[in-house]
Order: sequence, then C-alpha cells, then structure tokens
Amino acid sequence: MGEEIICEQVSLGYETGIVAEGLDFTVSSGDYLCILGENGSGKSTLVKALLGLHRAAGGNITRNFSGIGYLPQQTVVQRDFPATVREIVRSGCLGKCGMHPFYTKQERSLAEQNMQRLGIAALARRCYRNLSGGQQQRVLLARALCAADSMLLLDEPVTGLDPKAQTDLYELIARLNREGITIIMVSHDVRAAVQYASHILQIGAKKQLFFGTAEDYQKSEIGQKFLAAGGAAHE
Amino acid sequence: MNELRTLADYFIRYPFVRYAFAVGLLIALCSSLLGVTLVLKRFSFIGDGLSHVAFGAMAVAAVTGLTNKTVIVLPVTLLSAVLLLRTGQNTKIKGDAAIAMISVGALAIGYMLMNVFPSSGNVTGDVCSTLFGSTSILTLKKSDVTLCVIMAVIVIAVFLLFYNKIFAVTFDESFCRASGINANAYNLVIALITAAVIVLAMNLVGSLLISALIIFPALSAMRLFRSFRGVILCSAVISVLCAAVGIMLSILFSTPVGSTIVTADIAVFLVFCGLSAILKRG
Repeated sequence: MGEEIICEQVSLGYETGIVAEGLDFTVSSGDYLCILGENGSGKSTLVKALLGLHRAAGGNITRNFSGIGYLPQQTVVQRDFPATVREIVRSGCLGKCGMHPFYTKQERSLAEQNMQRLGIAALARRCYRNLSGGQQQRVLLARALCAADSMLLLDEPVTGLDPKAQTDLYELIARLNREGITIIMVSHDVRAAVQYASHILQIGAKKQLFFGTAEDYQKSEIGQKFLAAGGAAHE
Repeated sequence: MNELRTLADYFIRYPFVRYAFAVGLLIALCSSLLGVTLVLKRFSFIGDGLSHVAFGAMAVAAVTGLTNKTVIVLPVTLLSAVLLLRTGQNTKIKGDAAIAMISVGALAIGYMLMNVFPSSGNVTGDVCSTLFGSTSILTLKKSDVTLCVIMAVIVIAVFLLFYNKIFAVTFDESFCRASGINANAYNLVIALITAAVIVLAMNLVGSLLISALIIFPALSAMRLFRSFRGVILCSAVISVLCAAVGIMLSILFSTPVGSTIVTADIAVFLVFCGLSAILKRG
C-alpha cells in the first residue's frame, strides 16, 4: 500500500489571506477519502492544490501518482452543450495526447472500454444535454477514468441528483474503489461519507478538525456531533 | 433563370465578382467554425467588442492615410483580443464589462477621429461603409484576396489541428487544467484566430454585422444537431450557403452585401427553430 499523497502541515491561501492551515493527512492507494467541510472552509482550494494547480502557502504536499482523473462540479456551459457521450468520454484522453492532433486507435478503444465499465455504452451516440443528471455524472466519470485509471478526485459528485441517482452513483463509486481505484471525494453528505468512505478528513473554520478512518470518526466527539446535525438536516 | 444567366455573365466578365465570392465564402467558413466555440463559451459578444476595436483601428488607419489598413487593424485587434481574454479571469473588471467598455470606447474614439480628421469629404459615407461594409467587398484588389486566402488557410488549419483540444477546452476548462492541458494557451489561440477572422470579415459585412456572421450559423446548427462535430459541420455549411446566396442577391438587386447575408442567416435560423420544434430534437 503505497502512500500516494502526503500533506504535512499544509496551509493554503491567496494574497488576500490564508483559507486553511494545519492540513495533515495521507492518502494511500486503494483508500476512499471523503473530505467534509462547510462552504468557505477551503475545500475547493485544497482540491486545486491536490490537482497541482495551486501552490501551498506553507508545508509540503507530496504527490506520488502518475495521473489523477478529475470530476469537476458541473458548469452552466455544460448543461446545454451539444456533444455526444462518446465525444466527451474521448476528450479524457487528451492529457495523454501531447501534441498529437487526433486520437489514436488505442485512445479510442480506451474510451469504449470505460463507457462499457460504467454502463453507458448504449448511450454513446446520445446527446449529453438530453441525459439525466445521474447519466451525465457517469459520462464525466468515464472521461475521468480515461485520464487516469488509478486515482479519481470527485468534487461534490451527487449535487443536484435525486435520491435514487445519488445512491446509484455512490454504489458505482464504491465499486470502482473495490476494483482498486483510489477515491478522493469532496462532499457535504456526512452520512454517505461514513457509510462508504474508508477515511474522513474534516476541515472547518480555516483548520483541520479531523483526519482518520471512518470508524474512528463515528466514535469521535466531532463526528457524532456532525452526524447528528447532518441527520437532522436530511429529515 | 434570366437572373442566373446575368449572374454567370458577371462572374465570367468581372474579376471583382469572383474575388467577392472567394473572399465571402472563406470568411463565412472561418467565422462559422469559430462561432460554435464562442457561443458555447459564452463569448458571443467578444466578436462584437473586437469588431468595434477593429473599427477604431480602421479610423486611425484612415486618418494616417495608409493605403494598406490591415497593417494597423490586425495587430491592434489581436492585442485587444489578448487583453479581453486576460480580463476574463479574476481581475477587477469582469469579462462582459471589459468587452462592453472596450467596444463602446473604440467606437466612440474611432468616430471622433473620423470627424476631427476627415480623410474625405464624405465622413458619414466612410463611417457607414466601415460599420456596415456596404460595397467594399465588391472593390477588393488582388492583394486583398491573397491576404484573405492566406489568413483563411491559417485559421482553418489551426482549427483542424487543435479541433479536439478546442472541444475539450470549450466543454470543461477545469478538467483540462487538471489533466495537464494548457487551457490558457488554447483560449489564447481561440482569441487570436477570432481576432484574425474579424479583421477579415470587416471587408465583407462591416464591423457591426460580424457578430451576426459568427453567431447565427452556430445557433441554427445547435437547434438540430446533437454532436459537436455535427454542429460544426452544419454551421459551416449554413454559413457558406448563406454567404453565397447573400452575395448573389445583393449583386442582382443592388442591396448591401453584409445585410443581405445576415438576413439570409436569420431566415435559416428561423427555419431551423421551426424544424426543431417539429422534430422535438435538440
């Protein structure tokens, strides 16, 4: 079990100030880490830092992986975008293309495999904007798998989905994790986090509140407090 | 039938008619290719802004009395494209406001320059032909045509080579950045070729109608087609056909070229809206 990401006393911020500090956690291969935190707790900056798009203001981030498949939050542009599922999934291969202008045979078959894997092969010629929210997330997951097949970083993937689609997506992600893919997920959903994740990182009010296994989280004071609050919010 | 024969006759007899067709169709093709990306990236107005900048630069060129105006117009427009794109990201003035500012500012300064330093007796006529293109496409010289062909070939080649990347950057910039694609560089490429197309198109439809040339074929194609490739191809076909029909009609009935082409584009857009309502696709 190699350690793929090591964060040591990392602080993150912009010129205007620090948004989070004292982040201290590791992600090993095969882990399912759920990052919990309220809005403004620095989650999205942490995501950028993990992707290597934002330099830490202090501390050390060691990234020992070759590639990471990213599932960003949906944008307004995408909702009415005229593109077929196949076109979108294939675009996941572009990071590997380098200066090649077109997709190679290998990349095209990788795209087909990943569509099979996520059960969307039948939708290949359908238009992205006509799919349901859950189907759209599967398409973006397949694209992320084309970019990297050992680690996925998912930014609030279930936002805006109905409860059934949320459960389906959680089950799908759990299956990918069982198949050996390291998962890092940013989420609001405490209950699903303790149900599916192996590890939990909670950040709040600019600092790290908890890092450890999901079991320990449920026993901890802060975990019980948030689970109670999260449960109340769901009812 | 008679009209067609007259047209064929013009085409054979007068080189300027052939030039007009060559330039018109190439510009229509280039603008439609870019239009899809620009509309989807919510940059529809960048065409408008840049075309006004080009108008301002054109006024400066007219005042200085340069014969080849492209020497000034092209660099200024390219520079503005880069600046506008910069302002799109995390600056104090947001993208849409920056476009509005530059566009209106360039228009005002250009018009003022043309009035203060009139290069000919007919200022209103000059302004009108720069803004609406009136007949300048029928007064092209061979050197204009050569320049236009070279630039069109560059634009089309860049678009084909970077087609997949342009698609990816249009669809999802964050994902591109995360997978190591230099999204900023491709945005820059898009902005630069947009600027080039706008400078080209000024001769055809004038600066005011350039946006229409960029937006309408793309929007029409999006009514009916489900894939990105389909939309691009359809938009190119619509744009080229409308340009051809527009130029023919304007020669036959002596209507302004730019407005005639745009009217044809609007007609196609309405037809496609109707079709999509009937077919319930989209």
